[in-house]
Amino acid sequence: MEDRRTLLQAVLALLAGGVAAWWLPQVLELFAIINATVYVAMALLALSLALVWGFGGILCFGQAAFFGLGGYAYAVAALNLPDTTYAIPIALGVPMLAAAALGYVMFYGKVSDVYMGVITLTVTLILFNFINSTAGEEWRIGAAPLGGFNGIPSTPPLNMPGDPGTALTPEQIFVIAVACLAGCYAACKLILRSHFGRVVTAIRENELRAALLGYNVRLHKLAIFAIGGLMAGLAGMLFANCVFVSPTMFSLAYSGQVIIWVMVGGVGTLLGPIIGAMLLQALTAWAGTLPEVNPNLILGLVLVVAVLAIPRGLQPTMATLLRRRAP
Amino acid sequence: MDLVLATGIQALSGIATLLLISLGLAIVFGMMRVINLAHGEFLMLGAYSAILAVQAGINLWVAMLVVAPLCVGLFGVVVERLVIRRLYGRMVDTMLATWGLSLALIGAVTMIFGNTVAGFSAPLGSVQIGAYSTSGYGLFLIAATMVLLAAVWAVLRFTPAGLIARGTMQNAGMAAALGVPTERVYALSFAAGAAVSGLAGALIAPMSGVVPTMGTAYIARSFITVITGGAAMLAGTSSAAGLLGSVNTLGTFVTTPVLGEVLMLAVAILLLRLLPQGITGRFFRRSL
Repeated sequence: MEDRRTLLQAVLALLAGGVAAWWLPQVLELFAIINATVYVAMALLALSLALVWGFGGILCFGQAAFFGLGGYAYAVAALNLPDTTYAIPIALGVPMLAAAALGYVMFYGKVSDVYMGVITLTVTLILFNFINSTAGEEWRIGAAPLGGFNGIPSTPPLNMPGDPGTALTPEQIFVIAVACLAGCYAACKLILRSHFGRVVTAIRENELRAALLGYNVRLHKLAIFAIGGLMAGLAGMLFANCVFVSPTMFSLAYSGQVIIWVMVGGVGTLLGPIIGAMLLQALTAWAGTLPEVNPNLILGLVLVVAVLAIPRGLQPTMATLLRRRAP
Repeated sequence: MDLVLATGIQALSGIATLLLISLGLAIVFGMMRVINLAHGEFLMLGAYSAILAVQAGINLWVAMLVVAPLCVGLFGVVVERLVIRRLYGRMVDTMLATWGLSLALIGAVTMIFGNTVAGFSAPLGSVQIGAYSTSGYGLFLIAATMVLLAAVWAVLRFTPAGLIARGTMQNAGMAAALGVPTERVYALSFAAGAAVSGLAGALIAPMSGVVPTMGTAYIARSFITVITGGAAMLAGTSSAAGLLGSVNTLGTFVTTPVLGEVLMLAVAILLLRLLPQGITGRFFRRSL
């Protein structure tokens, strides 16, 4: 029963993604399409943290680090390789390996969950400072200058696989982004229903009990953390395809935003963070048009109020309200 | 000889800065177990209140040593009342709420003062050491940090207030049963931590320059110092500041400032891998 419901949800997500990917490019302007791709990339980033934090119980303050690593890995590889299709595995592999390495230090070092937040935050800051200081000719990887504060504006977009001459249009990249989001959502649903996913959730509920039952706690946490890193890297790659990579991808503002999206959407849900990301992105964009108000002020206040007023997040709160309304 | 002395002062100054920016956090986080991610913004507010006071014509020393800690201490009381009080014992929620506070403060200060560097020049001129010269303010900073550290230690160790605070943090239920108003103790401890942060922010302002985002440059360093220090807040924070500050200065001396900081944070993470309970989890266990 449960399994069939999960399968249904996964299929529904894929269908919804298909409809969005087919319909939106027909009605939106080019600029709106690029913007929509950014929204989808952000939703994917939120989904990666929703998996790691909501189900793995790992509060990662540095999800933006993997997002940025994915973007930079893609940009550097795409500038060096003849066919940008080959940059995709690199853009996914680098952040995943980084997440695995960081996860090894944290989980095998038995760092407690609160310290984990601070360590991930610190690593993000190190990367931000480091990338920011890479201005100048001596900082280049192959044909790709790292560009310091300016980032890499010349990032080539994805091309048709096997045909480097034909770059994908923004519409096609939007379709790919939606497909990635829907695919990852379905994958998350399936992962969480698998034996592995159940063990991960059990560890979140009670780490000691899971360990006493004979499960390898550290390995499971490491694996879910690495999967989250991979998804964040994918989001970074999509972002690099519609904007361009710059050190702000590693910034505290991004890391903070992701946490706010997941928190507002609902920790422990998958759909909530996606909705939260879309809503708050729209809110931030709207706040950015107000001349007198700094968007940081609004985001910060939203987070404080969300923690105090709806600690469970939008999706669970709405679900409870709806259930109470129904007889 | 002069080079050694000058480098030594440089290292001491690095250690003192690290200790200074971490001390307020050591009280709030090390003692109260409240993860205050708005700590960097408390430093920033201290710096801004000092600047505003100086612009209003108040003497520089009064502005730095009296006005800044008072303002930020009062702000701490308000924050404790409105936010922190509702979240004691919910560490992750506290962390998120204070992060929201941090973003909001950065936004608000940017709106009011603009995203520009303000500041006042360091007083006290320069001091000659053989062929080298060092800033007199750097020496003052070292001395001020030591005095502040001694003062916090003395308050906690010898005064009834310090005893009550330590007792409440150790076992709030028992303290309440003995008639201690624990809510007020928590509020005052948080305010004291905020005040120390405000003082630190004002003291480093002449060296660092003041921008709304200056807190983000310090938050990671101070957290990593307090965490590396471990359970005993004063001994731990001091020894961690000593170790990490030296690594940072040495790294900066040999390579670049950025790599120096990267090296320091890498050492801290490695240290946590070896000593998950922090330095005072293994050494100086019985100290304060």
